[in-house]
Amino acid sequence: MNFEAKTRGWPKIEIRNLHKSFGPKKVLDGVDLDVAAGESVVVIGGSGTGKSVMLKCILGLLQPDRGSIKVDGEEVVGMNGSERRRVMRKFGMLFQGAALFDSLPVWMNVAFGLIEGRHMPRDEAKAIALGKLAAVGLGAEVAELYPVELSGGMQKRVALARAIATEPEIIFFDEPTTGLDPIMSDVINELIIKCVQDLGATALSISHDMASVRRIAHRVAMIYNGRIIWTGAVDAIDHSGNPYVDQFIHGRAEGPIQMAAAYP
Amino acid sequence: METVLQPIGRAFVSGLETTGRLSIFAIMAVTYCVRPPYYPRLILRQMIEIGFYSLPVVGLTAIFTGMVLALQSFTGFARFSAESAIPNVVVISITRELGPVLAGLMVAGRIGAAMAAEIGTMRVTEQIDALTTLSTNPMNYLVAPRLIAGLAMLPLLVLVADIIGVFGGYLVSIYKLGFNPEAYLRNTMDFVEPLDVISGLVKAAAFGFIIALMGCYHGYNSKVGAQGVGQATTNAVVSASILILVFNYGITELFFAR
Repeated sequence: MNFEAKTRGWPKIEIRNLHKSFGPKKVLDGVDLDVAAGESVVVIGGSGTGKSVMLKCILGLLQPDRGSIKVDGEEVVGMNGSERRRVMRKFGMLFQGAALFDSLPVWMNVAFGLIEGRHMPRDEAKAIALGKLAAVGLGAEVAELYPVELSGGMQKRVALARAIATEPEIIFFDEPTTGLDPIMSDVINELIIKCVQDLGATALSISHDMASVRRIAHRVAMIYNGRIIWTGAVDAIDHSGNPYVDQFIHGRAEGPIQMAAAYP
Repeated sequence: METVLQPIGRAFVSGLETTGRLSIFAIMAVTYCVRPPYYPRLILRQMIEIGFYSLPVVGLTAIFTGMVLALQSFTGFARFSAESAIPNVVVISITRELGPVLAGLMVAGRIGAAMAAEIGTMRVTEQIDALTTLSTNPMNYLVAPRLIAGLAMLPLLVLVADIIGVFGGYLVSIYKLGFNPEAYLRNTMDFVEPLDVISGLVKAAAFGFIIALMGCYHGYNSKVGAQGVGQATTNAVVSASILILVFNYGITELFFAR
C-alpha cells in the first residue's frame, strides 16, 4: 500500500482511525485509508458496511465520532463555515441515485456548482455545461430537458457531467453503475476513466459491481465490519489470500461473511 | 409502576428533544435569512407559489366564511332586534380572527405539505447532500427563501381574505336579508379600526413563518423512503395547524387583553 502510494504521489486523502456510530450500531470502527494523488481507489464491501458513511464523513455531510481525515495534509474533521466550503471546492461527487435537482433543467444542474459555488455568469457557465454534457455524450437538445424526462443512464451521465463541471481535484463515485444495464454500466465506466484521466483527478469510489471495479480501480480496499480488512492493487484481487475478499468477489453465500437476514 | 412511568418519561424527554431541535433549526434558519448569499429568484418563485396560487383557496374560504357569518348572526340577533350589529360582527370577526386563522390553516394544508414533501424528497434522494457538495448551503438555498416568502406573503393573502370575507357578508346581508347597501358599508367602515386589521396582519406574518418553518423542518429531517416523506408531510401540516391556533391565542392576548 505504501509502495503504491509512493509511486503515484503524495497522499491526497489520509483517513486514520475513523469511527462513526448511529445509536448502538457501529458503522465505522477504525477505518484507515490512504488515497494517493492521481490514484483511483475503489472501496468494496457488502451493503450496509459503511462505505457511503465513509464518503459522507470525508465530505462533511456526516460528523465522525472520532478519528482524522486529512485532505492535502489539512485536517478537515471539525472544519466548518467558509473553511469547509474552501475545501469542498476540491471535491466532486457522483451520487448513487444521481441526485439531480428536479426543479432545474439539465444544463442548470451541470452549471450549478459554477453559478452558485463560483459565481460565474450564467452564459459562461452554460457554455461550460454544454461542453461537459458533450464530454459525457449528451447533445445540446438534452440541456433544456428536466431530469425526470431522462432515463436512468442519461441521468447518471448528467450527474457525471455535474461532478466534473467545476474540474475538481478529487471525485467520489458512489456506486456509479448500480441500477444500470451491463452495457450502460460499461459506458459509464469508460466515461469515468476518461473524465478522471482528462482532469488528472484523484478518484475514490465505492462499488459492489466487480466488473466496474476491475475497470476503474488502480487499487482496491475491502471494508468489512467497519474496517478496511484488505487493500491491494486491482490485479492482486484474484489472489489476495483473504477469504473475505475471495467470498465477496466471487459472490458466494458460503464463507466467513455471514449476511444478516434482517437488521435487529 | 415502572411500566407506567417509563413511557411517560420517554415521551417527556423526546418532547423536550424535539422542542430543542426545532428551536435550534429555527434560530439557524433565521440567521441564514439575513446572511448572504441571497437568492432573489428563489424567493420570488416561493412568493408566487405561496401568494398567488393560494388566492383561489383562500378567497373561497373567506367568501363563504363571511356569508355564513352574516347568516348565522342574523338568526341570532333577529331575536333581540339587533340586526344592525351584523356588519360590525362580520368585519370584526373576519379581520381579527377568521381571516388570518382560516387563511393560515388553508395555506398550512397547501404550502406546508408541499414544502415538506419537496424538501423531504430532496433529502431522501440525496439532493440536499448534492447541494452541499456543490458549495451551496441548503439552509440558504432551500429554507431561507421559503421563510422569507411565507413571512411576506401571508399578510398580503390575509388582506385579500379580509376584503373578500367582508364582501361575502355584504352579499348575504343585501341580497338575502334585505339590508340597505349604503348603510351596511357605512356601518362597516365606521366600526372597523386600524388595530383590528393590523392585529390580523401581524398574526398572518407569524402564521406564514410558522407554516414555512414547519414545512422546512419536517422535510429537512425526513426519514428515508416514501413512508418517511409521507410522515414528514403529515407532521408539517398538523404541527403548523396546532401552532397557528396556539399563537393565535397568544397574539390576541398581546393585542387585546387589558
